[in-house]
Amino acid sequence: MTDSGLVVARWTPTSVTFTVAGVGLLLALSFLPTVASPATLDRMTTLFIYVILAATWNALAGYGGLVSIGQQAFFGLGAYVTIRLSNAGVNVYTAVVVAPLIVALFSLPLSLPMLRLKTSEFAVGMWVVAELIHLLVNLDPLIQGETGISLIALNAYTVDQRNALTFWIALAAVAAVLAILFVLLRSATGAGLQAIRDNEEAANSVGVRVVTVKRIVFVFAAAGAAIAGSLWLATAISFQPKTYFSAQWTSYMIFMVLVGGLGTFEGAIIGAVIFYAIEAAFGSMGVWYMIGLGAVALLFSLFLPSGLYGIFGARTGVQLLPVGYWLRDTKSEPAVGQGKAAEA
Amino acid sequence: MLGTVESGEGRLPGPQIGAAHTEGIVLSAEGIVKRFGALTVLDNVAFALSRGEAVGVVGPNGAGKTTLLSVLMGALEPTAGSVHYLGQNVTRLPAAERCRVGIARTHQVPKSFSGMTVFENALVAAQHGGGHRASEAYDRVVETLRLTGMLRVANRRAETLGLLDRKRLELARAVATDPKVLLLDEIGGGLTDGEAGELVSTIKVLRERGIALVWIEHIVHVLVQVTERLVCLDSGKIVADGKPRDVMKHPDVVRAYLGSAVG
Ligand SMILES: Nc1ncnc2c1ncn2[C@@H]1O[C@H](COP(=O)(O)OP(=O)(O)OP(=O)(O)O)[C@@H](O)[C@H]1O
Ligand SMILES: [Mg+2]
Repeated sequence: MTDSGLVVARWTPTSVTFTVAGVGLLLALSFLPTVASPATLDRMTTLFIYVILAATWNALAGYGGLVSIGQQAFFGLGAYVTIRLSNAGVNVYTAVVVAPLIVALFSLPLSLPMLRLKTSEFAVGMWVVAELIHLLVNLDPLIQGETGISLIALNAYTVDQRNALTFWIALAAVAAVLAILFVLLRSATGAGLQAIRDNEEAANSVGVRVVTVKRIVFVFAAAGAAIAGSLWLATAISFQPKTYFSAQWTSYMIFMVLVGGLGTFEGAIIGAVIFYAIEAAFGSMGVWYMIGLGAVALLFSLFLPSGLYGIFGARTGVQLLPVGYWLRDTKSEPAVGQGKAAEA
Repeated sequence: MLGTVESGEGRLPGPQIGAAHTEGIVLSAEGIVKRFGALTVLDNVAFALSRGEAVGVVGPNGAGKTTLLSVLMGALEPTAGSVHYLGQNVTRLPAAERCRVGIARTHQVPKSFSGMTVFENALVAAQHGGGHRASEAYDRVVETLRLTGMLRVANRRAETLGLLDRKRLELARAVATDPKVLLLDEIGGGLTDGEAGELVSTIKVLRERGIALVWIEHIVHVLVQVTERLVCLDSGKIVADGKPRDVMKHPDVVRAYLGSAVG
């Protein structure tokens, strides 16, 4: 690949093992509806939705430096557009899949003004956008304000069919979101994205078109939040604007990413699994549950800003998913290494 | 044009380095004013760099050297004045676009991509700024890391590097973008004689490739080994511009340095 026996490796034995195991797990999960109970499928769907929310918010904030506190805008829109499509006669499960694509298209022009904003203005600006969209959706006569509406077209399916179909779509969505993010991070654009994460000014200095790269992430994150919203609707059936356009969704995303590890591919997934477990254990505690989540998120951002995966990665140096590059000297291993010896 | 030294050498054409000057000016700034609020940091600065030329920039702390570099790079928009590159007005062109057409800089306080390895730091530059793809980009990076003495730490995450290596990484990253003009901001501070010698030979290699240089440095004796022209900036004005020997004797320069022995 390069001169004098130097080659660029991208996969390590650990990362090959882990990636194969991950893909294998996703394939195995696709058979789950044939064996698992409806309740299990429903719980897994919820977990997948959390992984999508965490992974896409992490892409946005952790990599793009775009800390949005208004991602509920796209979550709510995903559900709302699903209702609208279904009402227009589109098959309900087709609507669940197509709605996020429509929301992604909508997010493209929205990115033009939003990405001109400075960091803090962007965060608040996104929240304002979410509130505005919430109000506009309330004006739709079909929704009847906060009364809301149900996705009645689901009645055409049995409960078992619904659970299985929603599960499969959620599984496909989580696989697609992670695969797209993986491919993106491994590409030249992804290298630019990581550079922006680490130092935006320097990224500009070396020719990274920062706004273009951010726009890709913005649209990707909007699509992710939207499919999470349409899937949530498919499991919850009823659509009440204030539930879907609630800032609570964004606070969940922040929690998952802070705990798992901001700006790491693996961290967001770990954060989602942890959040899911915490919710299962303490979710019934109401207000105290929310206070507990806030406290944990605060403690992490103060004392463990790199999250659980960040600590794991720093301690072990292990990279589970190969998004990086490794220069190997095939002639005199390991001549180009960590460089400790050469520096002495 | 401002700040001509009285040696009679004039500004352009300056000292001879082959046919460089007959090919004209590669980068120029005219009437540059930069204010931060009430503070005027650059006060009507004019500057021109010929093809393949190497110019050293000296001046006391706070003189506006880094600010001038940022204006040339496009990281800062001037309050007034214009910047031309290869005959085109690039005053409004953002830094990333200027990098893609051949202007690169280092940062005085290193701005490494801390979570990425040294190799990846340079790779971003080769892919985006240099427009290289796939294995062509890899080759470019390996060659650049070798030239700048960074190959030995290619796989180290940038956040684990010491200050000297971070400065070398600044240089490596800038070179990996294949610049025609290289803007260097105090990459030689704190070096031992041996290290300074290595840096000088690296810079000489870059000059042989025809890259034009603007190099801000306090250590004048290092600077003069690779530059044939010196510019002295003081309080946002160019107070001298010409042959290093003449510039260092210039009364305004001596005054700017409060008579301290520079060079
Ligand atoms: N973004 C900014 N906002 C306000 N003032 C600034 C800004 N950047 C630079 N300055 C001021 O402009 C003046 C010139 O700064 P500059 O960094 O260009 O000096 P310099 O010649 O590079 O100095 P040094 O040798 O210390 O690096 C200083 O007084 C500095 O405080
Ligand atoms: Mg400076």
